[in-house]
Amino acid sequence: MIPGTFEYHQPDSVQAAVALLDELGDDARVLAGGHSLIPMMKLRLAMPEHLIDLRRIDDLKFIRIESGVVHVGAMTTQHELINHAELAQQVPIIRETSLQIGDPQIRYQGTIGGNVANGDPGNDMPGLMQCLDATFTLLGPDGERKVAAREFYEAAYFTARDDLEILTSISFAVSPGGYAYEKQKRKIGDYATAAAAVLLRKAGDGVACSFASIAMTNLADTPIHCEAASQLLQDQGVNDASIEAAVASCIASIEPVDDNRGPVDFKKHAAAQITRRAIKSAWSRT
Amino acid sequence: MTTTTINLNVNGKSVETTIEPRELLIHVLRDRLDITGPHIGCETSHCGACTVDIDGRSVKACTLFAVQAQGSEITTIEGLGDPDKLHVLQEQFKEHHGLQCGFCTPGMITRAHRLLQENPNPSEEDVRFGIAGNLCRCTGYQNIVKAVLAAAREINGATDKDATRETAA
Repeated sequence: MIPGTFEYHQPDSVQAAVALLDELGDDARVLAGGHSLIPMMKLRLAMPEHLIDLRRIDDLKFIRIESGVVHVGAMTTQHELINHAELAQQVPIIRETSLQIGDPQIRYQGTIGGNVANGDPGNDMPGLMQCLDATFTLLGPDGERKVAAREFYEAAYFTARDDLEILTSISFAVSPGGYAYEKQKRKIGDYATAAAAVLLRKAGDGVACSFASIAMTNLADTPIHCEAASQLLQDQGVNDASIEAAVASCIASIEPVDDNRGPVDFKKHAAAQITRRAIKSAWSRT
Repeated sequence: MTTTTINLNVNGKSVETTIEPRELLIHVLRDRLDITGPHIGCETSHCGACTVDIDGRSVKACTLFAVQAQGSEITTIEGLGDPDKLHVLQEQFKEHHGLQCGFCTPGMITRAHRLLQENPNPSEEDVRFGIAGNLCRCTGYQNIVKAVLAAAREINGATDKDATRETAA
C-alpha cells in the first residue's frame, strides 16, 4: 500500500501555507495529523499532487485560556488536549472526548483541526464543538473569517471551508457545570456507533436546569446539535420524564443509516441509551 | 520523480537517506536502513506492529511519511536492548511468556516503553488502555499485561515478589 507520487511542502508559517494552497489549487491537499488522509492516499482514494504539511507551523500549536474563552490552535494534538491541566479543569468534556478517540498512537498524531475540518461524520470533535457552540477561524487568500461549528457542516465531507482556506484555530467558552461524552463503539480505535456530548448546569436554586446543550455524533451526515432537546431540559428541569422526552427529541432529529455498525433500529436504540446515560452522568456532575 | 534527502537519528545513530516523499517511514526503516524490528502488520493504522518512538511519542510508522520525520530522533526495538543485554521489558516479556508468536512484540514493547516513561507506576487498567493501539492476534493479552506490570515494578526497584498491584489472576 504505497501512495501515488506527490510533491511534499512543509511551510513554516500559516501565511506561506495559504499562499501555497492558493498557488497550487485543486492539486494540493493540506495535511494535519495524517490519520485520515494518509490511509486514503495508501488506498489511492486520494491522490493529491501536492501535499502541504502543517506540522512545522508552530503558530498553529497552542492552547490559551483567556477571559473565559479557550483558543486552540488547529495543529494541537489529542494527546496535548488530554494532558493540558488547565483545559482539563476548565472544560473537562474535551479530555473525556479526546480519550475516546482512536488509540494512544493515533492521539499523539491526530489533531483537533484535522478532526473538525475533515467533515467525516465519524469524527468525535465536530459534535463536541457544536455542543460547546465553538467558533472556527478560517484563513484564505481573502483573509480571515469565522464560522460557527453549528453552521459549518453541510454534508459528509462537505463543510463551509472553502478549498483555498485553512482552518487555523477553534474558540469556545469555558463550561462550568456537568458534562459527559458517551460513546458506543465496537472496539478501541473504532468510530462511534453512536455518541453524545452533553453539558448541563444547575440553577442557583440547586434544582432547575439553567443551561443544557446536547449534540450527537455519527448518527447523520453531519453532527446534530439537538436544540429542541436542550431547550426542553432547560424548561422542564432534569427528571426521569424530561430525560425521556429529551431522548425522544434527540432520536427524532437523527438520521442514521444501515452499515457495518448495525441497522437503523439498532443505532437508534444505541443512540437513546448513550444519550440517556450522558444526560444522567452530566447532571450527576453538576 | 522528485527525491529528497532526510537526516534522522535512529537508535542514537545519525543516518542520511534519499527517498521519495511518498515512502512511508516503516518502508524506509525496513528497506533502506535495514531496521527490521518494527513490523508491517495491517498497514492500515490499526495493529501497531510498526510502532516506533519519535521524539518521545509512540507513532505507527505505516501512517507517517518518512519525509515528515526529518530531523527526528527515532527509537525502535533495536534501540531498547540487544540479545546480550535485554531491556527490562524484553526480559519480562520472556519471563511471562508475553511473546507467543512474537510478531506484535516489537511494537508492543516499544509502545510499553513510552507508556512507562509517561506513567512509571501504571495500574492494570492503565496498561490495557495504554497499549490499546497494539493488537496481538494470538489474543494473549494477559501475559503481555503481566509482563508490562512486572517491568514497571522492576524499574521502580521492587522485585517481582512484591506483586501487589497485579490484580489479574
